[in-house]
Amino acid sequence: MPSDSALRIVWIYPDLLSTYGDQGNVLVLEQRAQRRGIATETIHVRSADPIPESGDVYLIGGGEDRPQILAAARLRKDGGLHRAIARGAAMLAVCAGYQIMGSTFGGEEGQPVDGIGLLDIDSSRGPARAVGELVAEVDAALDVPVLTGFENHMGVTRLGPGVKPLSKTIRGVGNGDGFEGCYAGHVVGTYLHGPALARNPGLADLLLSWRVGELAPLDDSRYEALRQERLATVLAS
Amino acid sequence: MTQLPLRAQLASALGRSAATLSRMTGRGDGSVIGGRVGLLLEPDLLRQLARDRKLALVSATNGKTTTTRLITAALLEFGEVATNAFGANMPAGHVSALSQHKRAPHGVLEVDEKYLPEVLNTTGAGVVCLMNLSRDQMDRAAEIWLLAQKWRKALSGKPTHVIANCDDPLVTWGASTAAAVTWVAGGQRWKEDSWCCPECGGPLDRKDADWACRECTFHRPEPQWVVDGDTAIDPRGQRWPLDIQLPGQANRSNAVMALAVAEAFGLPVERALPRLSEVTSVAGRYTTVERDGRHARLLLAKNPAGWLEAFDVADPQSPIILSVNAQGPDGRDTSWLWDVDYRILHGRPVFVTGERRLDLALRLDVADVPFTLCGTFSEALAMQPPGRVDVIANYTAFQQIRSEFGRAV
Repeated sequence: MPSDSALRIVWIYPDLLSTYGDQGNVLVLEQRAQRRGIATETIHVRSADPIPESGDVYLIGGGEDRPQILAAARLRKDGGLHRAIARGAAMLAVCAGYQIMGSTFGGEEGQPVDGIGLLDIDSSRGPARAVGELVAEVDAALDVPVLTGFENHMGVTRLGPGVKPLSKTIRGVGNGDGFEGCYAGHVVGTYLHGPALARNPGLADLLLSWRVGELAPLDDSRYEALRQERLATVLAS
Repeated sequence: MTQLPLRAQLASALGRSAATLSRMTGRGDGSVIGGRVGLLLEPDLLRQLARDRKLALVSATNGKTTTTRLITAALLEFGEVATNAFGANMPAGHVSALSQHKRAPHGVLEVDEKYLPEVLNTTGAGVVCLMNLSRDQMDRAAEIWLLAQKWRKALSGKPTHVIANCDDPLVTWGASTAAAVTWVAGGQRWKEDSWCCPECGGPLDRKDADWACRECTFHRPEPQWVVDGDTAIDPRGQRWPLDIQLPGQANRSNAVMALAVAEAFGLPVERALPRLSEVTSVAGRYTTVERDGRHARLLLAKNPAGWLEAFDVADPQSPIILSVNAQGPDGRDTSWLWDVDYRILHGRPVFVTGERRLDLALRLDVADVPFTLCGTFSEALAMQPPGRVDVIANYTAFQQIRSEFGRAV
């Protein structure tokens, strides 16, 4: 497949927002596309560089307070991500990256910091750090199996009328209101940090299908073995 | 040395008794409980035990225990050294180490990164050795930029002499408020946590070992000591072959940090270096254990940077067993597996075990590295042909394997 028809995966600011295994989401998307015969091209965009507008799936990860503030300022100034999403690109925004997508989020001292306004949400500092395994039932409209993963954040996120909750929490904290994450159009935000797609291949396929249409099934036994072990352990506790 | 006050003497003695009791009843090496008992009776015990001694504190994400051991080995040249050799690296462990060696004029203390400011304030240590900072157990550890910021505050305004690795930008930033710094070009294999300037957040430009911020004046200081492959270059430009037994580039770097610390205590390289060569294993790390003709070398790797170092040591010709757990001391989150590039294992027989083997199995599957999944370490070892095998395990997985061999390693 010539490279202009390859699926373009854009990893935003790994130098600022890649605290814990965020690369996993890139690797899982690549693998699941390639095993279906879909060529991929992955672009790592450092924070000093412009965001390309012609990507198919954009990924942005988690990070510490200060890099989060820097990333928000640079994304706002760059504007490329807004144009890409307006074109219909898909995006997964994780943890600090999720908060950045809203109107405001809590800074180093809890002060409100401007986000980039791609999702109708706003976030602030919660009373305590939410750390641990999370399980959540995904909005039926998305047809994705139960979410499983690990959250590690202090954020509380309020959803506005412009977004829908991604899932309803069974274990864990998520947004802080009984729901975890949100989505609007082809943009998904979640507190499941790090390699959320490794634990949720259904979510990876949802992002891919938004760009390439219906997907052939894969042998998911390695993913399923891990999911079943985690879900059994977490739900039993 | 001046005599300890009576209360501190009593606290110290009772702590030692508790430690002995703990060891005798097989509960551990006793260094944590002993120190806790002592601190309960005399909260000021650490300060009092540290008084009138020459102390070095050693902190980093990786290599703390090994470097502490190497510095201790060197300073034994001067006589008895108090040290927390078993990695009990919080104040209770420090109290215990200093109590057990009441008359040792020198002390070398491994210090948890988060506790460094507190321990420095309490002990007034004259020398601090800082090697590296990278992502590690983020479900419970502090974020590393915040850690470095706390180091800066703690070092500011004190007469402490810092020995720091200037190849790690975050360590450089954390150390640079100190009154005196000896910079060591110790190398940095893992760079994923230092693409941005710790001072202003701008991009860091890197060329070979050198680095500088594109937007502000923060840059790599000129090193006094350099690790050049298997050679150390001292501040006078003299080259010393690093004839040490601990394997890998990370340990050569640790050894040069130890030489620089030893020199800060007045011990010249020619006397320190032979002492470093005597260290063969550190709390089980790098030890080879044997069972039924299989010779397994044990390597500890707790985070992505540590795995890179372990891969550097592992023998490409040998099969390799990987064991991963996610208990409290490991961090309960296995996300870090996705930061490790396992493709280097391509072509080697790979065996996967540990309590979180399914996480690792998926990780290797996505990296297209073939492997065999094993229920237990014993099963994995039994599958090996007689001969050498490397084992890389994270913290509790490593301790479980050591226990199987009676911890006599």
